[in-house]
Amino acid sequence: MSSTSFRVAALAAATALVLSACGGDDDTGAPAGDGGSDSTSDAGAGAGDGEGITIGIKYDQPGLGLMEGSEPSGMDVDVAKAVAEKLGYSEDQITWAESVSAQRETLLETGQVDMIFATYSITDARKEKVQFAGPYFVAGQDLLVAEDSDITGPDDLDGRLLCSVTGSTSAENVKEDVPGVQLQEYASYSECMEQLAGGTIEALTTDDTILAGFAAQDQYAGQFKVVGNPFSEELYGVGLPKESEDCEAINDAINELWEDGSMEQIVEDNLGAAGYTPNADLNPPEAGGHCG
Amino acid sequence: MIDLIEQAQLLPAFFLTIQLALWSAAFALILGTVIAILRLAPVGVLNALGASYVTLVRNTPLTLIVVACSLVLWGQLGIEPASRRLPDGSGNPDFISSLNFRLGVIGLSIYHAAFVCEAIRSGVNTIPLGQAEAARSIGLTFPQSLREVILPQAFRGAITPLGNVLIALVKNTTVVAAIGVFETAYRMRWIAEFRPADLMPGFALVALGFVILTLPLGLLVSHLSQRLAVKR
Repeated sequence: MSSTSFRVAALAAATALVLSACGGDDDTGAPAGDGGSDSTSDAGAGAGDGEGITIGIKYDQPGLGLMEGSEPSGMDVDVAKAVAEKLGYSEDQITWAESVSAQRETLLETGQVDMIFATYSITDARKEKVQFAGPYFVAGQDLLVAEDSDITGPDDLDGRLLCSVTGSTSAENVKEDVPGVQLQEYASYSECMEQLAGGTIEALTTDDTILAGFAAQDQYAGQFKVVGNPFSEELYGVGLPKESEDCEAINDAINELWEDGSMEQIVEDNLGAAGYTPNADLNPPEAGGHCG
Repeated sequence: MIDLIEQAQLLPAFFLTIQLALWSAAFALILGTVIAILRLAPVGVLNALGASYVTLVRNTPLTLIVVACSLVLWGQLGIEPASRRLPDGSGNPDFISSLNFRLGVIGLSIYHAAFVCEAIRSGVNTIPLGQAEAARSIGLTFPQSLREVILPQAFRGAITPLGNVLIALVKNTTVVAAIGVFETAYRMRWIAEFRPADLMPGFALVALGFVILTLPLGLLVSHLSQRLAVKR
């Protein structure tokens, strides 16, 4: 008797799993239509169901990748749209997905997203699992401080309170460079901004693009400045699964975007409000060399 | 595998997890007992106070409590349960880490005290009503009857639910990674960022570590609950 009821329960559980899996896939298939153009036949291969493309972005980084309602905005989003267009996908064929930092490799490997534009720095450790197109942008680690602060660079940080995000490259870098710094780590930058606005913490460190995005938010207008003394190079790449064949095509698309000036326009549109300009020595980067 | 454990500093991380759990368990037990006494006291205001604490805290997400400890207690109210200066006047290099550890312990204790309180109350419910009546009829005051009659039996009857709270607490310590305590969940993020190829083995190691921590706890709890149960 009990074994029968167990079987029924197991069946119910299995059914629920199968159903929920279906539900997830249906969303990506929705805008399919007859859309896909000639150059995309191989591009869609990773998506599993053909015509659309799923792009992973950050949902919580103002100026880079921010989801408000169902409208994504930010530099990464605009670059993603432009690159997708050059690959032959129109905007309504793109399905956006959230790719938080810790899950980016997993999302690509399991095919849940086809490409990732999410302040994704190219590193050797990551290249073991995924391939990168680009870089499409070179950012650098910098500091965000109050408008009237006397901090001008990492050397001033000794003994000061600094904020970053748990387990991030920026946090590890600064721990190595300035051993005397008091580094507070939070789960996200929002908590850091809260403490910075309250004056408890004196500086926030991460890529200058991310800092500029936060400083450009309306509620913080005029309160903070990016120090402008970057002390690392972060090559932002387009994360792709190892088996993707689009890598070189995306590199070409990125180079075209820089050549026709649309990349500068994208940066200006999204981060210009904070007075941010790309590091001219490092940008535009030469896309390529990180495929495969 | 060994170099992953070493590089990700999993052993110190688990040590910190154990420390977090022990301190929080101690404070949660004290606070929880006090609140349970409030809820048992023959004074309406105290009952209401205890009941509102439990209702409020038990239904608040732990992450919220822990983050509030950091952002509100420290950030807004400026309460710093750690010293910025060493006794000799130089800057304390461990200020942030001990501050976060203690804020984390405060958050965990506040949260689990609500569950400890309810566990002890369930232990009280195992005591026949006649015991409390008998205590009162021989002239014991409320504090005396608690100390001599009710609580000793209540704790023995509450070992299983208290053990459950303790096991949950061990696992809940991972939440304090949100305010930057370098415990196990924090090191998991490190693995995801710097050793992405080893994410799955790292995940398995951390899971195994928690099984090693909680499985003996569970066995000990069921053993104790049988040995110490009040035979009636």
